[in-house]
Amino acid sequence: MIPPSFTYARATSVDEAIALATEHGEDAKYLAGGQSLLPLMKLRFAAPTVLIDLGRVTELSYIRDAGTYVAVGALTRHHDVATSELLRSDIPLLAHTAEAVGDPQIRHRGTIGGSVAHADAAADLPAALLALDATFVIRGESGTRSVPAAGFFHGIFETALEPGELLTEIQVPKPATPAAWSFQKFNKRAIDFAMVGVAVQGTSVALINMGSTPLRATAVESALAAGASVADAAALAAEGTNAGSDIHASKAYREHLARVLVRRALEEASARS
Amino acid sequence: MDSDSEGEFEVKVELTVNGKDVTADVEDRTLLVHFLRDVADLTATNIGCDTTSCGACTVLLDGESVKSCTVLAAQADGRAVTTLEGLASDAGEMHPVQRAFHEEHGLQCGYCTPGMVMAIVSLLKENPSPTEAEVRQGLEGNICRCTGYHNIVRAALSAAASSGTGASQ
Amino acid sequence: MSILGTRVIRTEDPRLLTSGGVYVDDLREPDLAGAVRATFVRSTIAHALITGIDTSAALEAPGVVAVLTAADMTDLPTPPPPEPLPDDAPPPEGPAPMGGVWQEPLLAVDRVRFVGEPVAIVLTDAAYGGEDAAELVSVDYEPLPAVPSIEAALADESVLFPGAGTNVCVRGGRPIGDESIFEGCEIIVEGDVVNQRVAALPMEGRATAAAFKDGKLTVWTSTQNAQLARLIFTAVGLPPDAIRVVAPDVGGGFGAKIGVDREQIVVAWAAKRTGRPVRWVETRNENLMAMTQGRAQLHHIKMGGDREGHIKAYRLDVVQDSGAYSRMGGFLPMLTNLMAPGVYDIPAVEANYTAVVTNGTPIAAYRGAGRPEAAATVERVVDWYAAEAGVDSALVRRLNFIRKDQFPFVTKTGAPYDTGDYEAALDKVLAAADYNELRAEQERRIRAGETRLLGIGLASYVEITAADGAAGETAKVEVHDDGTATVYTGSSAHGQGHHTAYAMIVTEELGIPMDKIEVIHGDTDLVPDGVGTYASRSLQLGGSAVHTAAIEIKEEASKKAAELFEAAESDVVLDTATGIWHIAGDPDKSLSWSQVASAAGEGLIVANVRFTADRPTFPFGTQLSLVEVDVETGKVTLLRHVTADDAGPVLNPLLFEGQRHGGIAQGAAQALVEEILYDADGNPMTATLMDYGAITAAELPSFELLTSETPTTVNPLGVKGIGEAGTIGATPAVHNAVVDAVKHLGVRHIDMPMTPERVWTAIQKASSK
Repeated sequence: MIPPSFTYARATSVDEAIALATEHGEDAKYLAGGQSLLPLMKLRFAAPTVLIDLGRVTELSYIRDAGTYVAVGALTRHHDVATSELLRSDIPLLAHTAEAVGDPQIRHRGTIGGSVAHADAAADLPAALLALDATFVIRGESGTRSVPAAGFFHGIFETALEPGELLTEIQVPKPATPAAWSFQKFNKRAIDFAMVGVAVQGTSVALINMGSTPLRATAVESALAAGASVADAAALAAEGTNAGSDIHASKAYREHLARVLVRRALEEASARS
Repeated sequence: MDSDSEGEFEVKVELTVNGKDVTADVEDRTLLVHFLRDVADLTATNIGCDTTSCGACTVLLDGESVKSCTVLAAQADGRAVTTLEGLASDAGEMHPVQRAFHEEHGLQCGYCTPGMVMAIVSLLKENPSPTEAEVRQGLEGNICRCTGYHNIVRAALSAAASSGTGASQ
Repeated sequence: MSILGTRVIRTEDPRLLTSGGVYVDDLREPDLAGAVRATFVRSTIAHALITGIDTSAALEAPGVVAVLTAADMTDLPTPPPPEPLPDDAPPPEGPAPMGGVWQEPLLAVDRVRFVGEPVAIVLTDAAYGGEDAAELVSVDYEPLPAVPSIEAALADESVLFPGAGTNVCVRGGRPIGDESIFEGCEIIVEGDVVNQRVAALPMEGRATAAAFKDGKLTVWTSTQNAQLARLIFTAVGLPPDAIRVVAPDVGGGFGAKIGVDREQIVVAWAAKRTGRPVRWVETRNENLMAMTQGRAQLHHIKMGGDREGHIKAYRLDVVQDSGAYSRMGGFLPMLTNLMAPGVYDIPAVEANYTAVVTNGTPIAAYRGAGRPEAAATVERVVDWYAAEAGVDSALVRRLNFIRKDQFPFVTKTGAPYDTGDYEAALDKVLAAADYNELRAEQERRIRAGETRLLGIGLASYVEITAADGAAGETAKVEVHDDGTATVYTGSSAHGQGHHTAYAMIVTEELGIPMDKIEVIHGDTDLVPDGVGTYASRSLQLGGSAVHTAAIEIKEEASKKAAELFEAAESDVVLDTATGIWHIAGDPDKSLSWSQVASAAGEGLIVANVRFTADRPTFPFGTQLSLVEVDVETGKVTLLRHVTADDAGPVLNPLLFEGQRHGGIAQGAAQALVEEILYDADGNPMTATLMDYGAITAAELPSFELLTSETPTTVNPLGVKGIGEAGTIGATPAVHNAVVDAVKHLGVRHIDMPMTPERVWTAIQKASSK
């Protein structure tokens, strides 16, 4: 219930945040909304000795129309992503996925960058961003680099971020047909993480909780590109995945869900457009 | 925090709670809920779990509902917090949501109630005329074991209606 | 104009809604100033010998006041040496912990038997240092083979209590196995029904604060009965009159806070031992591992009847998982046996039980305590039988109900049902739900090949309340010289609204307005004698006690008023609408309560009552659940829930409905989402609220409650108990609804909780036949 002791440090700018991280090294963690990190610390599954609070780094909270894409500051809260008029009209998949994260209280605190950097395999936003072919802008001591979503998620809680690096911006290309979206989050209770989830934008299909990272359903996408029907393509949803078995669902059931949900997502996306 | 832990006060936190300034030096790891309960001495806000699941600790942070067990007091530094105790008017008149809970029997043991009320205050602020489904969905992060939610939902819809804009079906 | 039967909003609410309730962790009593915090060190292994406990590192940590283990309990009276019960001893059926070889220690001595069992208590100056210090206590375990399930327990390969030589702690019930009762049955249904282990999950966990000063122990504890708690606290080596127990606001109990648990005794002992006040508030993780849990029965059933739907015989064989320590002997499965036939007049009934210990959290009372298990199974099996026979499930019930004219009715299992009208409750629900329309829509969707199908589930239930009517309940009512009244009740509300209900009873009888009546409970200094709130007993016993006391007050006041009026007592009248005493036919002469009480000895009119009932009461009802099952995924959505729950005259519809709502939610939750799980080594898999499926508003519909009031003759108010009935009916209603949705595919039974995967798997299995 109570986290182990740590030192609290506060950054008011990106530069200051990175400097603090560099100074404190591997024992330091960035604290964004804290809705993923603090629960882990309270259960004593994580015990960083320094927390760098990014709550005052207001320069990273924005949603900007950049023409062919929308630039979302990493510290933009889920609530703001969900209610953004720009996103609801131009990238509704992203807005609606943000609306599905946790509950209203969590959405008032949690940030899109925090969720992406935390990289829980059962999280909603990473999969949507993968389906949208987003690019993540990362700043570190040595400068800025960009990593496409496809290369960003390495494993459970593991990403391309090097120690001390800070995710600063998420660039989401505007889809050709914004309305061709669907987000299927399957769970036992509304508040649960997705047992299995699917994010679809056009013919891009990403899966939640079918492996240690969000996955593109490449077999499905290839089949669609080759002219297969939605039903036939969706039947391939579990190919190339590695779903786990736990108290919520077995691997076989997850694979079945993936097939059903991919089919429904593609049908819904198609109906919307 | 019943007494001093010498040498471990490492951060100064100043925030406004129900309109009153509260300042204290506390352990860095102090959760906002403990700051409210033990430093500001406002014990209405309760703790019901340890995984950010139950919502009993819900308060308003700068007007928006948050789970105060999953916010560090230090993160709330310089901000304004509203708890159940701060909802009634200065003249002691109940907030429409409090009044609706009373009229609709929206509480039994009362333990989840402060968090539930604050969650609904925030929900109605963002959505003044919610449907029943929107209220139920909006309370997915608040667990009650006594009421079965039926009257809590009625209270939320009644408060929405009495606030003039009317609840939609 | 009677106040009884009207919707009176609660007198408890203004305080709870504005300044919040004061639960144990909120107490700022002067005697608790400087209280140390208690943190328990708990077993991380399900079954093991303790070979060593090293507290040295913890003792050196800053802010640590003490670290205590069983070895420090030298000041406690030694428990009697364990002795096995003789073979011919009657099975312990009472709700008392089994001692002897099954004895449960306060802190683990040389063995742990469930993950979460308390091993040591750490006292720290500050709450925040508690977990840090507890982590430094080092316990050496020598693992023993785990017994994580009923099956493993029955195998008796690994035994929790070597002194007993077996994991079977109690057997009881009537002989079963007479196959002749099924002779001639055209339809026979046989199988296993699981009533899974669930958590009580009050939103406030267990919490206790204790202070020992000048030879007196004061304990503030979250309990359903302070008086019983006081008796239990004598275990620290003090007589009852040196102990005061106070129940402050209690954040829910549901049976799991009856009396107190071993941790609370340890906290009280620690306060006495160290001379420092101590406060303990468990975390939710501890609560989900170490607060007593509910249900956990495995049923083997057999039901036989004819093709038209007449049930001829029913056999129920119960195995009760007691968890690591048998807290209640055979009490729970004994009640399950008692209520086995439910609302039906079945010619032959056999019911039996066995209770075993396993390496899990101890099982005790949880909303319904043994009766939900009976209803859940008989209602499920009746539907199963109906499906096999091809008879509509409403019709099967109707054909087999105990008829209204058969009451009072003693079942084949010995339950003395007082009053009931089961058919009327069924009819009400079918009409309100528009049953035939629902069946038509269900049919239409199946024919149209839709994938979201409707399921309609019925449950007609009866349950036993105030089973311990002989223990009764106490009430002391005082009318003061200022015209106000005080009610001291042995009932112990933890959300039920007794203060409002009991004030209504006093207002009704005496005409004293509600806002001039104070109700007090839960403090043994003020209410030394009382039984408490559980088993849905409070209104019928506690309310009847208040009612009886009020009438005694009226009689005494009438005599005093007659004196003051210098009139005959038969001419004295109390106008209960205004609370004014008159002489009949003489409007000029009147007296207020204040005047009458002032004239009484010591300016006080008092009545002190213990009301007992010679029999329990049997509320009943029918519930209907309408669900939608997505057959492609197995996901269930609750669409409607229609109920007629009858507990006699309704004192306050607001409170009555509230109990039903809460009960329905818990019942539905067991059917759909809740289950305590262990892995093969006995490690808890659902020990946080992220993993344990507590139901939220998002999963539930609003409920449709119908009125039905069939009084009992057992008490002057004519009331039965409603506290648990909602839960008892809801679980099988939802359960039956889901199976009903897919019975056309050949599914006959699905075990609870009906998670999407379970439902989907059942569909696959049936379809592959």
